[in-house]
Amino acid sequence: MSATKVEARVRNANEAASIVDIQGEITSFAEGVLMDAYNLASGGGANAIILNFKGLEYMNSGGIGLLVTMLIRANRQNQKLLAYGLTDHYQQIFEVTRLNEAIQIYPNEAQALAAVVGR
Amino acid sequence: MATETQQPESRDAGSWARPVSKLRVTDVPSGAVSLNVEGRHVVGPLQGFGQLWQKTYRVRLAREGLSPASVVSFLKEKLPELMPRGSRFYPSVLGVAPGEVVLINATLPGIPGGIATGVMVLYSDDESFTLMCPEGHPEAGWNTFSAYQEEGITVAQIQSLGRANDPIFDFGFRFMGGAKQQEQTWHHVLEGVAKHYGFEGSVEFHKSLVDGKLQWSQAKNVWFNSAVRSMLYAPIRLVRRLIGGGPTAA
Repeated sequence: MSATKVEARVRNANEAASIVDIQGEITSFAEGVLMDAYNLASGGGANAIILNFKGLEYMNSGGIGLLVTMLIRANRQNQKLLAYGLTDHYQQIFEVTRLNEAIQIYPNEAQALAAVVGR
Repeated sequence: MATETQQPESRDAGSWARPVSKLRVTDVPSGAVSLNVEGRHVVGPLQGFGQLWQKTYRVRLAREGLSPASVVSFLKEKLPELMPRGSRFYPSVLGVAPGEVVLINATLPGIPGGIATGVMVLYSDDESFTLMCPEGHPEAGWNTFSAYQEEGITVAQIQSLGRANDPIFDFGFRFMGGAKQQEQTWHHVLEGVAKHYGFEGSVEFHKSLVDGKLQWSQAKNVWFNSAVRSMLYAPIRLVRRLIGGGPTAA
């Protein structure tokens, strides 16, 4: 199996939201890293998980599939999944795969957090 | 000169299809029926109706020097010939390239005359490509064809992430043998890949239920159901064939 080339660090932004900082490549080989990060982010009872894509270097369709799976898990737990830090290119990918209809995209962390607080 | 607002181009930039408001069929290969694709939106795993399944098919190709890229290149070139009888793929002249449409004419259990549909190439690089479904297709989602190295052996893989597009197709998948036919199709393709490289490879198969819920808000997708529309269009196709019309497109 190809080596995993992604790291995901979890931060608790506040009681309501956790942030997952993603650095590297999201492919199907990132499943273990991303799902571990999601579980950690959910562990504190957060009702919103914010994905920080500022460090995203590469993503293929296997990676998009992982995000779909994560979104389904979040929906099942009544959590909101948000994203920020996507370049124009990756915003286009969210658009063509229609992931942007289910994951709200924000330009930066402050606006993503404000959206959580404002819910 | 670079400015602060410019973003470096991603390594995957040329591999993805660009967002399109609606699909366009630019050429209809000889013998293909182009129906239920032109003007449709693509639909991902989030837009369909039925339960969301991830199905993975793998075959190990233990041949020295066989690279994942050469296996994927073979799949791209020969996919139409690897499909079983009754399920025909018609790539455009540009082949499996991002944004291109592949027309599909297939038989389905309980559907007289079969269905005409298609898929869009969502992603394509040297080691994988992904086909995404349009509105009206039996499934909403995508199929990824890839190859990778595992313990020094090249593995060819097909992975689908999708759900029945509407209640009629959901019934067909569950109770009319549709799911079984779909699984047999991808087994057949990978067996063909193994055979090409000189193996009688047994295909490993794994499926997992990602979301067991039905999305009733998407039941309206039935309006575009390609099986129903193909059946309704069949008499017109017949008349066109009788009077010597060219390739069938609508």
